[in-house]
Amino acid sequence: MIKVKINLPVSEADIRRLKVGDEISLNGIMVTGRDAAHSWMYHEKPDEVRDLLKDSIIYHCGPVVKKVDDEWHFVAAGPTTSIREEPYQGPVIKEYEIRGVMGKGGMGEKTLKALGENGSVYLHAVGGAATLQGQAVKKVHGVIKLEEFGVPEAMWIIEVEDFQAVVSMDSHGNSLHKEIKAASDKIANELIGI
Amino acid sequence: MSFKLDVDKFKDAITELIRKASTQLPADVMNAMKSARDIEEKGSPAKSVLDYMIKNADAAKENSTPICQDTGTNIYFITIPEGVSLRKIESAIEDATRVATGNAYLRPNAVDSVTGKNSGDNTGVMAPYYHYEEWDEPTIKVELMLKGGGCENVSDQYKLPDGRLKADRNIDGVYKCIIDAINNAQGLGCAPGVAGIGIGGDRASGMVIAKKQLFRKLDDTNPDEELANLENSLYLDLNKLGIGPMGFGGQTTVLGVKVGAAHRLPASFFVSLAYSCWADRRCTMSFSESEVSYD
Repeated sequence: MIKVKINLPVSEADIRRLKVGDEISLNGIMVTGRDAAHSWMYHEKPDEVRDLLKDSIIYHCGPVVKKVDDEWHFVAAGPTTSIREEPYQGPVIKEYEIRGVMGKGGMGEKTLKALGENGSVYLHAVGGAATLQGQAVKKVHGVIKLEEFGVPEAMWIIEVEDFQAVVSMDSHGNSLHKEIKAASDKIANELIGI
Repeated sequence: MSFKLDVDKFKDAITELIRKASTQLPADVMNAMKSARDIEEKGSPAKSVLDYMIKNADAAKENSTPICQDTGTNIYFITIPEGVSLRKIESAIEDATRVATGNAYLRPNAVDSVTGKNSGDNTGVMAPYYHYEEWDEPTIKVELMLKGGGCENVSDQYKLPDGRLKADRNIDGVYKCIIDAINNAQGLGCAPGVAGIGIGGDRASGMVIAKKQLFRKLDDTNPDEELANLENSLYLDLNKLGIGPMGFGGQTTVLGVKVGAAHRLPASFFVSLAYSCWADRRCTMSFSESEVSYD
């Protein structure tokens, strides 16, 4: 597998070059967002996150944070299950010109289609590896909706260095998750006898 | 002789129990992860993912930081000597939970289901929650599991017979349900996971039996021969599914399968699956009047 270094913000052309299986090292500023944030962006289309998300990545993550001398630090920051955002993700990618969605477990057909249409990619981070991923977050630049959404659901603006992920859905219609599921369905049906 | 509970000492001991559970992967799980890594092909995604998970668990222990940011539902199974006050135990655990949250061993994870407001300190209605038993030992045993949301969301419950799976009301029917449930879970519950299975009971007690299985060490053997056979055949067959670590494909989809059973109503036959992610965070504390130990 090829290791590709991505600096954020990133161009659509660079993202369209990525293929399922590529190993990625992310560097630069991205934003976390999960259930409450996606519902908010989908329904209310807030402008305050527009510049932050354009040509960047939204990371499905609800971190463990610590405040030291008035400054936030990420202590643990692994991905959450992405499929919950399936109803919102496509329109949110389009609305905010997001170049990548990072999380775990992959997403469905609607998102896969949106990745192709908008020149975006789904990045898979290793679930449960939160200490190492927290260490890759070098600085917290700010937080949006902390009071209203709470720590896990707030949108954290973070600067990362060598944050590792794998492309598991690309802008060419390929999904590793679909392939694995099709193969395992066949074996499961044989074992069950249906 | 009645057990004298030193509430302050108990609170501090629970705070340490939470820290250990959050930051230290149990030795048996770590061993299973290493064995899983060693059988994967060199250069495969499965091997590199498992390697990253193991490195993360090592780093979490070394830095005393959470293995996973989702520090989950805090589930306590508590065994007490006769006469110990449950209210005092729960009040001490709530205090310890607030301390552990303040020290970033737990993420604020208790959300009011009606208002949507996060309590900010992991306490609330049924948070944390407790199961009790009583015994003759002069010791309080506290088993704690931090069960993440991803793996809870892929946990499932079936009722037999199941027409779609051609599953009858017998052990073979149970087998079919679990193959189906783990295949549905794919990598979403952070595979390779541990399958805790409860046969029978009602919808609630069946799931309690399933969750209780997750406290068993991965290398133990079920004393019931029929259940032991079911555990073995499910373990071998689930690992044929090819789902692998995080659903990237690979030889290890589950690290272990543990089955328990409860009596059921003639009318009901539930099969409950409590799926644990690979970051199977559990720790047991033994608290006597004179000493505290952890396993």
